[in-house]
Amino acid sequence: MTDTPLLEVRGLNKSFGPVQVLRDVDFSAYAGQVTALVGDNGAGKSTLVKCLGGIYSIDSGEYLFDGKPVSVHGPRDAAALGVDIVYQDLALCDNLDIVQNMFLGREIKSGIVLDDITMEQKAAETLASLSVRTVQSVRQHVSSLSGGQRQTVAIAKAVLWNNRLVVLDEPTAALGVAQTAQVLELVRRLADNGLAVVLISHNMNDVFAVADRIAALFLGQMCAQVSATDVTHSQIVELITSGRSGDLGLRQNGATA
Amino acid sequence: MTAIPIPARVRGSVQQLLALASLIAILVFFSFASPYFFTPSNLVGILMAATVTGILALGTTFVIVSGGIDLSIGTGMILCGVMTGVFMTYWGWPAWAGVIGAILFGGLIGFINGFNVSVLGLPPFIATLGMMLVASGLSLVISGTKPIYFKEHPDFQLLMNYDVIPGARFPLGVLIFLVLTVVAAVVLSKTIVGRYAFSIGSNEAATALSGVNVVRWKLTIYTIAGLFVGIAGVLAASRLSSAQPVGGMGLELEAIAAVVIGGTSLQGGRGSIAGTVVGALIVAVLTNGLRVTAVPQEWQSVVVGCVILVAVYVDMLRRKAN
Repeated sequence: MTDTPLLEVRGLNKSFGPVQVLRDVDFSAYAGQVTALVGDNGAGKSTLVKCLGGIYSIDSGEYLFDGKPVSVHGPRDAAALGVDIVYQDLALCDNLDIVQNMFLGREIKSGIVLDDITMEQKAAETLASLSVRTVQSVRQHVSSLSGGQRQTVAIAKAVLWNNRLVVLDEPTAALGVAQTAQVLELVRRLADNGLAVVLISHNMNDVFAVADRIAALFLGQMCAQVSATDVTHSQIVELITSGRSGDLGLRQNGATA
Repeated sequence: MTAIPIPARVRGSVQQLLALASLIAILVFFSFASPYFFTPSNLVGILMAATVTGILALGTTFVIVSGGIDLSIGTGMILCGVMTGVFMTYWGWPAWAGVIGAILFGGLIGFINGFNVSVLGLPPFIATLGMMLVASGLSLVISGTKPIYFKEHPDFQLLMNYDVIPGARFPLGVLIFLVLTVVAAVVLSKTIVGRYAFSIGSNEAATALSGVNVVRWKLTIYTIAGLFVGIAGVLAASRLSSAQPVGGMGLELEAIAAVVIGGTSLQGGRGSIAGTVVGALIVAVLTNGLRVTAVPQEWQSVVVGCVILVAVYVDMLRRKAN
């Protein structure tokens, strides 16, 4: 808990024109832990994540990886660090099969020809290492998969690349009860395998089921980063809705407690 | 949710088999309908006709799979034919240089299309419609609206017409088409540019988020289509032993029809070279068969149009079933 965070941002600011979306945000994520990022709609969760992933450039603030300051100017920089974001809807190509999706953008070639056999083996190994048994064939088109299976493939894709930090944007948003449980189990396993996992979720049950730490955003400010065992459901809900809860959260003048 | 997932490979081949079965049915039908249809010389004529459209369709398959469209291939092909004439007759280049020059010129047309679509962000339909008119006009301007003959290169017509097998009628042009088919099939299914054509056509945003340089690969895809246009232009000029500056409009639709009949989705993301070849053969056989059975010309396009409608409808039904 007291180690250096794998990823840390300090005093991050981001504006779109006159609208300041993120204000002096501090955020850290640790290897081997699930950090839940919670907040109401418009609190700045997606913006923060896109800043971490290099999709948005930050206006000011420090970005530290492994304790060292780094500059991230695009998705490629983030990918080079081993930071990957699994988006809710945009992650997969329906008309490609599971293997093709998992290797999209990083295909293995032998000469100028794609090495589909090696890719198929590695994809199957990765799914097996995550104890994924829900897909019958890695050659299935993604369009034929259920929501939970799609999410599993998207997460496995991020894992395949030995990423060190994976951000999951509402991975359980459109799933049923059983599938949600499967995906959460997978999220937990990622962290147990040593990855830093950032989980964006609106669902407090999901958050408390898997998260080690919880970071709550309120109107573009980080109001608390706490251990999940130190807070209750209702405290987190208060933080999300009002920015403070007892000793936790923003003081009246807006500074972080 | 799905009880029995059908692997992608099997589904793909079902669609090709359907097109192939239709082709055989049409062949059988015309063989009974006319004594002139199933004769060696007529079949060679069909293959020759399928060659030019087919080569255009091969390149267009890449564009359509990637979710784009190329309307400039018909008049672009005419322009490439005219450029063959310019290089070889006006400028006196040797035949090989003229051929390579014209093919690269086709590549340039495709590159400009790709630039307009991917860098400037024009809708493919509009970008290539513009190029279609530009190419059509340039062919007339450059040639002075007159055909260019290959006086210095009497052997140039052999490129399309030379009989590969002594004693039998099997034109070199058809052999070139076969070789290009194999090349296109390998490139589309086994190389990175083919993979990205599918992924861009399937979900461009996801492809970009996966770190693929979508702009660069779209440029490549349109350039490939342009190179095929160049090859088709050279062969068309060789076939007639002259570069004809007029026409070409409508050829793009024939090629696109071949692609669609072959099961490639106009929405992008799905398709195959094998399907496109079968589609090109269906179009060529239909056109020829209707002519041989003396169906009036006006009715021929009605029939081909209906076939396209049926093909697209069947494709849609199949997709719903999935």
